[in-house]
Amino acid sequence: MGTVSKTFGRVVGLAAAAALATTLSVSARETITVYTAVEPEELQGFAEAFQADNPDYEIQWVRDSTGVVTAKLLAEGENSPADIVWGLAATSLLMMAERGMLEPYAPAGVEKLSPALMDKQDPPRWVGQRAWVASVCVNTYEAEAKGLPMPATWEDLTNPVYKGHIIMPNPASSGTGFLDVSSWMQIWGEEKAWDYMDRLHENIGIYSHSGSAPCKMAGRGEYPIGISFAYKGAQLKGEGAPVEVVAPSEGLGWDLESFAILKSAKNKAGAKALADWSVTERANRMYNEAYAVVAMPGIATPVEHFPANIEEKMIDNDFAWAAENRARILEEWEKRYGSKSAPK
Amino acid sequence: MSTQGLEATASPAFPSVDRGRLVSTLGVLVGVALLLVFVAAPLITIFLKSLQNDSGTFVGLDNFVRYFSSAGLIQSLYNSVQIALTVTVIACGLAFCYAYALTRTCMPFRGLFRAIAMIPILAPSLLSAIALIYLFGNQGMIRELLFGNSVYGPIGIVLGITFYVFPHVLMIMVTALSSADARLYEAAEAMGTSRWRVFWTITVPGARYGLISAGFVVFTLTITDFGVPKVIGGNFNVLATDIYKQVVGQQSFSMGAVVGLILLFPAILSFSVDRIVRKRQVAQMSARAVPYVPQPSKGRDRAFFVFCSLVSVFLIGILGTAVFASLVTYWPYNLSLTLAHYDFNAVDPNGWSSFTNSLEMAAWTALIGTCVIFLGAYFVEKADTLPFARGLLHMLAMIPMAVPGLVLGLAYVFFFSTPTNPLSGIYGTMAILVLSTVVHFYTVAHLSFVTALKQLDKEFEAVSASLKVPAYKTMLRVHVPICLPLILNVAIYLFLNAMTTVSAAVFLYAPDTKLASIAVLNMDDVGDQAPASAMAIMIVLTSVSVKLLQVVVTRSLLARSSAWRNRDTA
Repeated sequence: MGTVSKTFGRVVGLAAAAALATTLSVSARETITVYTAVEPEELQGFAEAFQADNPDYEIQWVRDSTGVVTAKLLAEGENSPADIVWGLAATSLLMMAERGMLEPYAPAGVEKLSPALMDKQDPPRWVGQRAWVASVCVNTYEAEAKGLPMPATWEDLTNPVYKGHIIMPNPASSGTGFLDVSSWMQIWGEEKAWDYMDRLHENIGIYSHSGSAPCKMAGRGEYPIGISFAYKGAQLKGEGAPVEVVAPSEGLGWDLESFAILKSAKNKAGAKALADWSVTERANRMYNEAYAVVAMPGIATPVEHFPANIEEKMIDNDFAWAAENRARILEEWEKRYGSKSAPK
Repeated sequence: MSTQGLEATASPAFPSVDRGRLVSTLGVLVGVALLLVFVAAPLITIFLKSLQNDSGTFVGLDNFVRYFSSAGLIQSLYNSVQIALTVTVIACGLAFCYAYALTRTCMPFRGLFRAIAMIPILAPSLLSAIALIYLFGNQGMIRELLFGNSVYGPIGIVLGITFYVFPHVLMIMVTALSSADARLYEAAEAMGTSRWRVFWTITVPGARYGLISAGFVVFTLTITDFGVPKVIGGNFNVLATDIYKQVVGQQSFSMGAVVGLILLFPAILSFSVDRIVRKRQVAQMSARAVPYVPQPSKGRDRAFFVFCSLVSVFLIGILGTAVFASLVTYWPYNLSLTLAHYDFNAVDPNGWSSFTNSLEMAAWTALIGTCVIFLGAYFVEKADTLPFARGLLHMLAMIPMAVPGLVLGLAYVFFFSTPTNPLSGIYGTMAILVLSTVVHFYTVAHLSFVTALKQLDKEFEAVSASLKVPAYKTMLRVHVPICLPLILNVAIYLFLNAMTTVSAAVFLYAPDTKLASIAVLNMDDVGDQAPASAMAIMIVLTSVSVKLLQVVVTRSLLARSSAWRNRDTA
């Protein structure tokens, strides 16, 4: 019996030691806690590139959709563990700037960026990195099989032929969803936009949590038409999915993935190092791998499989208006479409 | 919990008998203190939070008024109840027949069928929902079986949760049907009673408490499960997804607290019913009862074999589909197989680290949980001091059973994130995940230990006291070795649940402590269903390995430590 309890003790001891060893194996590099809404598959590449240039730091990503990251930062306030928010919609950062949560900082080399794509204050409270643009992903294979015509405009999507075949991101959780709603309001005015969404709602199969999910679903044909953003569609097309990326002619909503240092940052030096790196040419070239419009002029080369003339269709976006009215719009949206329970 | 007690005994200042008493007293008090801090206090906090607004000002019942005046949220309540009732009827019906087949027929392969029925326990509830999309989604392999209905919504939720709760109900049903008095059946046969009548007048009444208990357990599990409706619910809102949306999506913690308290109602109700029912069940079997042994009956056995095979096909089918989903290159257009989706580093910023975090969390939960819960049960059952405190300890240990994981997680957020709380240091660490998981699954483990320890004669303590052997030595030399197979069982139970749980952890994980089950949820959220399935399969593989390891270890432990069980070797 003695040997049993000894063996048992040894097993427990070993397990404890092993568990402890993993807990204690912290790296010597200093951690920067970064809140982001950038597509998850891109994050590792950015972290590796930054860490290669800044070997003293290590990035700890906290990733969710725009709405969640925004709500989280607003709720956490000064207690937020975040040092820097990176790749979040400018609309959201404007709200945080209004509340005095952001630390003004001019990253080294920021003057090389297009001044239109950052905060007007000097030093800027937030700096734009690249623009992501609304687009519609259509699964050509399923469209043909189901006899769905190729849509060319936003209005086309309300055609009853598409009933149940469209998936769109929920604007409360997804930045892409919100830029769609805000762009429709800027194009047509609020009243007409709500009327449009009422009709569009009839055709929506489900509202997704994230902005890239609709395009991925369209790619798999789960829902043949996904309201999403251009890059996701172009990427899937590049991978061989039967997807066509459509840029509706009325105009395209867009938002700026931007970064900002938080006043409450515990690792301000690390946050500044990432901010400095984020305005470099190297970073901008990386942004361009996925997005057609980047902050540093003269860098962008056309992205493969993007719809033609996509930049010309980008609306003249009023970020201040969008940020100011975001909460009100989302509340109304939730009231109209959020809790519709009956399956269509 | 016990270390303090044990250290105290090392001090030679006390005579041994008093030392034993001191250990017991300390043990009971420390146990009560721990459960007050980690069970009672967080729950009180969530209650208080529901009476405050998000900035912490007391607003009375305003949040509840707001809740009950919002049409959307009321609709969710209605949806939840509707889903829970449907699942209760379906799952109880299926599990009753399945349990009947296992306990009252001579159907072949009963052991195999019993093992198959346990499959859902090995996986997070999200797995069934993802698999159902591959089966019945708009591109599903067998979507025709839904006759044009969408799987996104009530149908998918009901199917997914039925899969997830099946083993839980089955275990209760098997227990209920196992204890039958053969004399009643013999009497019925002697009087020429028809089988149908025997079934309704003997079998069903005999198992009625088990049926009621199972019904409430399914109802509660369904209404509080969040993984399935999150993945496959579409635009069909239920309470469990509402609480997540309120807290994670809108960061409205006070509304989250309100929905949490509403979720507590069915759980507490079911818990109370279960308690009452259990008490009566004990009195039902008399000492003279003769265990019922089923006799072969060709037609019946064959019918139940077909039935169990169909249920098994569903269970295996769901798991198989998830495996398939994780291996297919690009569903539904490129069906060649690949391991690419297991390269989590490519699709998720936390990559494989979520998986290793889960292993670490599960290991700590099993280790700490088993020790603490065993000692707690030991003091409740064997300490000979402080009857009131022991009663309180036992009562506190029963509470977690009635608390849904989402509510527990939220309660932990409220309690431990307050900067004035001296324990706030554990917020955002692995420790809080381990603690919340231990607490979440405390009751079942506690009850198992109490039952086992009850069976050990109090004479052990009396003898060791008269021999002046300290109680802790008796515990280590007698109670622990005798309970060793059960201790291992509880450790595995805690490990498996820690691997698969989403509910409490979803509010408590930090960037560097993300768990595999949360990664499944996140990857599904961004539409990466294949990698999400792959991560769920990694959890299943781990659970299966641990379960197999348990079989091997139990065997060798029994062979070595239980020589006393075998009289001949003495």
